[in-house]
Amino acid sequence: MKGKRHGIEVSIALADAVKLCDADVIAAYPITPQTHIVEHLAELVAEGELDAEYIPVESEHSALSACLGSAAAGARTFTATAGQGLELMHEVLYVASGMRLPIVMAVANRALSAPLSVWGDHSDAMAVRDTGWIQIFTENGQEVVDQIICAFKIAEHHKVLLPVMVHLDGFNLSHVIEPIEMPDQQDVCSFAPHNRSPLTLHPNHPVAMGDFAPPVVFTEAKWAQEQAMLSVKPTIIEVWDEFARKFGRPYKPVECYKCDGAKNLLFTMGSFSETAMTAVDKLRQAGVDIGLVRLRLWRPFPFEEFRAAVKDAETLLVLDRCISSGGPGGPVASELKSALYNLDKKPKVVSFVGGLGGRDITVAGFEKIIVDGLELAEKGQERIFEIVGVRE
Amino acid sequence: MAKSENELTWKDIEIGAAVIEPGSAAAYRTGDWRSQRPTYDFSRCLKCGICFVFCPEGCIRQNQKGFFEANPYYCKGCGICAYECPTRVIVMREEEEK
Ligand code: SF4
Ligand code: SF4
Repeated sequence: MKGKRHGIEVSIALADAVKLCDADVIAAYPITPQTHIVEHLAELVAEGELDAEYIPVESEHSALSACLGSAAAGARTFTATAGQGLELMHEVLYVASGMRLPIVMAVANRALSAPLSVWGDHSDAMAVRDTGWIQIFTENGQEVVDQIICAFKIAEHHKVLLPVMVHLDGFNLSHVIEPIEMPDQQDVCSFAPHNRSPLTLHPNHPVAMGDFAPPVVFTEAKWAQEQAMLSVKPTIIEVWDEFARKFGRPYKPVECYKCDGAKNLLFTMGSFSETAMTAVDKLRQAGVDIGLVRLRLWRPFPFEEFRAAVKDAETLLVLDRCISSGGPGGPVASELKSALYNLDKKPKVVSFVGGLGGRDITVAGFEKIIVDGLELAEKGQERIFEIVGVRE
Repeated sequence: MAKSENELTWKDIEIGAAVIEPGSAAAYRTGDWRSQRPTYDFSRCLKCGICFVFCPEGCIRQNQKGFFEANPYYCKGCGICAYECPTRVIVMREEEEK
């Protein structure tokens, strides 16, 4: 590990990472808990520290629309949003991925109203999981910085050309001060140089983007896009491996913690994973057979890595920070179940929903989830999912 | 286009479904959702061109004999030409009918 670590708010570090990547255009609308990210970027541009266009817009729909234009023109483009803002972008998310524009967006994950909540959970991320964006979840401030840098390299890679969302938990990550090592400007420039898309708007080479597709070609267009999405995982892994060689911090689509030989596994995404690790440590010491599987890459879903991680497990306890209302409870749990469905040998899946709208789950909370979950796996889960810590 | 639209496979689609050749919507088949099509008995046709004027799709052209006829690639089957024709040359028939 090189460089010095210093205490910095994660949102500010994220904005500094965008600066290190030398973004050309930032269009964003401030929304809690993402505000500090774009405020700091606006400052960096205003003070001449970052040579970029900062486009203040009147809504998130406009923010992403402006990003479409700038990315289509070949500019390195960044935006950030959260919760309702991401929902306001919803239709434009499909346009960005359908047009294969390498936009990078930070999402400071937040609950969706009503009742109004600015606090964190994964409802916003889950609501846009089918929009064709690559989606990466981070656990701590260092990962946020690292993944923003990787995101530009991934998005603009000629084998990818898809927009990337980097998810960081609202407040739990966006507003905390952590010791973070900021990479060196030169290293970032050589790791993630601007990579121009082979297809951009230019007066000398006119193309029409985002065209009308009648029924006779829409299916082909969507399948071409899906093939691109399905083939990006090796490139993402390649970028992460290169990052590890250069900066000394490795990342994988699925990460295991004390999984070796464990018959029971807990599954988490985002910043709760670090709390869950402490709970796993404590229970392991108390002789409980438990490991932790953390998912970094949510889209494209790493089926092979996930199946390999849980192949010897008998029980999988899944924590969702989102409710799929009137459906299977936790959207992640239901996805994991479908990833396992065709296997002959598969773990029992116990689904938990918790940590909604900023509700904390402490180490003791995770210990309870594990203990209750193992009991439920034993006697069979009656409900489709268990809600964590609700007052009856 | 090198290939017609219904020959294009997903591998032929440009990145982001971009269109890299100049062209216009003339290449789009707009007549594929038609349920009725105009049929003609030209023996009564006055070659007045009223159908040509009224067709909202602009898809009626004069054929070599000077009669006005719809191009099924674009005709949506709205029936306006049949309604406007003063001598009832045009009869709308179900697409499946001969
Ligand atoms: S049916 Fe309608 S679209 Fe077709 S030729 Fe007649 S007026 Fe034109
Ligand atoms: S309106 Fe009727 S009569 Fe006149 S040109 Fe058309 S088909 Fe012939």
